[in-house]
Amino acid sequence: MDALKLELKENIIEQLNLEDMTADDIANDDILFGDGLGLDSIDALELIVMLDKNYGIKLADPKEGRAIFESIDTMAAYIAENRSK
Amino acid sequence: MKKVYINSVCAITPQKTFDNTQFLEELIEYDANVINVVNPVYKDFIPPAAARRMAKGIKMGVVASKLALKESGLENVDAIITGTGMGCVRDSEKFVSAIIDNDEQFLTPTAFIQSTHNTVGGQIALELGCKGYNFTYVHSGISFESALLDAKMQLELDEAKAILVGGVDELGDHTVAIHKLVNHIKSENINSNALLESKTQGCVFGEGAGFFVLKNEKQESSYAEVVALNTYNTLDEESVNEEAIRFLEENNIEASSIDAIILGNNGDVNFDGYYNKLTSKTFKDIQQIYYKHISGEFNTASSFGLWLGARIIKSQILPEAVKLNITETSKFKTILLYNQYRGKNHSFTILKQC
Amino acid sequence: MSKGVAITGMGIISAIGNNVAENYQSLIDGKKGITRVEKIDTIHKDVIMVGEIDITNEAFEKKLGLAKDNNYSRTAFLGAVAAKQAIADAGITNINKYKTGLISATSVGGMDRTETHYYNYLTEAEPRKYIDGHHAGDSSQKIAEQLGIEKSLVTTISTACSSAANAIMFGARLIKSGQLDRVVVGGTDCMSKFTINGFKTLMILSDTYNTPFDENRKGLNLGEAAAFLVLESDAVVKAENKTVLAYVKGYANANDAHHQTASSDHGDGATLAMEKALKVAGLEPKDIDYINAHGTATGNNDLSEGRAIIRVFGDNVPDFSSTKAYTGHTLAAAGGIEAVYSVLALQNNIIYPNLNFKTQMKEFNITPQLTLKEKHLDVIMSNSFGFGGNCSTVIFSKEA
Repeated sequence: MDALKLELKENIIEQLNLEDMTADDIANDDILFGDGLGLDSIDALELIVMLDKNYGIKLADPKEGRAIFESIDTMAAYIAENRSK
Repeated sequence: MKKVYINSVCAITPQKTFDNTQFLEELIEYDANVINVVNPVYKDFIPPAAARRMAKGIKMGVVASKLALKESGLENVDAIITGTGMGCVRDSEKFVSAIIDNDEQFLTPTAFIQSTHNTVGGQIALELGCKGYNFTYVHSGISFESALLDAKMQLELDEAKAILVGGVDELGDHTVAIHKLVNHIKSENINSNALLESKTQGCVFGEGAGFFVLKNEKQESSYAEVVALNTYNTLDEESVNEEAIRFLEENNIEASSIDAIILGNNGDVNFDGYYNKLTSKTFKDIQQIYYKHISGEFNTASSFGLWLGARIIKSQILPEAVKLNITETSKFKTILLYNQYRGKNHSFTILKQC
Repeated sequence: MSKGVAITGMGIISAIGNNVAENYQSLIDGKKGITRVEKIDTIHKDVIMVGEIDITNEAFEKKLGLAKDNNYSRTAFLGAVAAKQAIADAGITNINKYKTGLISATSVGGMDRTETHYYNYLTEAEPRKYIDGHHAGDSSQKIAEQLGIEKSLVTTISTACSSAANAIMFGARLIKSGQLDRVVVGGTDCMSKFTINGFKTLMILSDTYNTPFDENRKGLNLGEAAAFLVLESDAVVKAENKTVLAYVKGYANANDAHHQTASSDHGDGATLAMEKALKVAGLEPKDIDYINAHGTATGNNDLSEGRAIIRVFGDNVPDFSSTKAYTGHTLAAAGGIEAVYSVLALQNNIIYPNLNFKTQMKEFNITPQLTLKEKHLDVIMSNSFGFGGNCSTVIFSKEA
């Protein structure tokens, strides 16, 4: 699980172009959107593609992403349960 | 009708032009057929959260507009009008190639969003919180002039008091590669100083952004008055000189009162003839100025021409590097600009001391 | 009260008809042009629906009498066909008799050719003719050539989905300020893999017929179309004894300055655009008889636009409907085709139904017009909103 969380942090930093950040800067329970890390609805769409591409999870409705992408913890839990690759 | 003044300028080009305390004193000489801009430190102007998704064209546009706004002493404007020939072309390339390479799968939205031509104008509005009129013109070599014309009309009719006008274009690898194949870009590298002697087809591609705050009130920092502007979808080489005279007459200006002419020569043997028609006839003996040897050609390169004209009029200094001929001219009160790209989309602009 | 700018001709090609008459017939018959995609080979063909025009590029080539080595994009074909109709409709035989310009709008430009030949350009010589046809201004240059417009003001506006509305606005201002005597204004966009996939990544494409202003709306259907209007100065109208179809009475553009693609929750930019357009027209909200809404059927647009309409019109929201259910969202052309539909509505005193609506939205209590309605119409408002927070409103009227 910890490996998955680290992988997620690294992918998020790369995919969302968070230039000045490292994985250590993101805590597992940090809020990713809004006032937390500052991600927005376009980032959510990027993360939906990441779920599909890396873990074989397809979300049909971007609204589903809100709860899943709340933090690294919630993302990792959802991926662990639903991944097909 | 109100008069229209250029109250501030900023150009990001393959020269270090974004710092207005300098005026082409130190030049970068290129031996190339594609030249990139000298980048300002974008991070000094754009917060990291906003910058992380910005294409280079957006960054250039946002920084140039912030610098122009700062120089004008304004916090905001009534309207933002931009011109771009190709938009954020790198993102367009990225999205098209991703569609093909990944067979339409696993695509992400950012490159698509930034491919939208008005993305620069929209992002500037976002950065400034400007809810006013926001237009983007995308018409090859007159993209910038269309924006300038729109702004001029609104200011003359007092529909707006202050307008941010700009042109921006960025280089993309695939675009460069294919334009080399059709000889729009020279096949050989060429020295900046030898551009007009090349006698080969194509030009040197460049990139850049030129932004201006235009107002219908003169202020101490004003550079020049934009007196008149015309664009033409077509114009044949034989009638360019005649059209220039007609344009001046329409605006009650004698050809003899023109102190200098700023020309868009880009070294393409097939199309520089248009400029030669002017420099060999009516404007033979006046000061001739060119600039694409130091900026490269791009659809909105003429915004750098306007920057140059505005700065010459304000400073009364003519940098050595841009002289096309040697004259005794020491006063620059009225300047005519002419530009075209590949024989289409011509523009004449008149700037006057204010 | 400011005087309107005369509209003396119009032309259109869309998924519901190849000319003005065919479009009008489909509108009053409630006939949609939305189908599964046929002309573009996309892996999404089973999960999207589109508004395609049932004419091949080869047929357009023939119709326009173009040489085999032409480098027209489909955007240019559509635009040339619609603009030529507009000129004919305006009874113009000598285009350069008056100072005539063209303000066109496009977002796709020559992308259809670029995406087809992208890598081939590097290895094959034949398709390279399309390289110069990629940039957005190229289709406008070709339309101008088709119309015989020379040595004049020809330019292109690209502000995403409000582009053609902005072309109409700029054109009207050019007439009012006396820069031009006559101007052809409108927009053109063809279907492309680029836009299909682009809107797919934003997850706002519906897998079925789009349902504007419906609680359960699932997103938009893309469409392709072109439409142009001829605007003429009062002097030309008088000299040529022209029949005026309607007037461009008011217009405004404002920016939401909220988000790169989405509209603000309460439609700040849209509200500003509608209010400013009313001011330019010298009209009050009560003077508007019908709103041709942007109504793309995305969750975001319809909520934001609906709220903005309520902000502007209060308890007296006029009849409104979106015609996107007929044509799909035709992007940069949308403001042009909806201008033609607005003029037709004025001419015939008809309000078009908002097709496919089933369930009232829960956020507000305004409901679009659901059936074809005959009503005396004097003034129509047309909205067009685009990415980059771009919000435009154009007002059309029967009387100057």
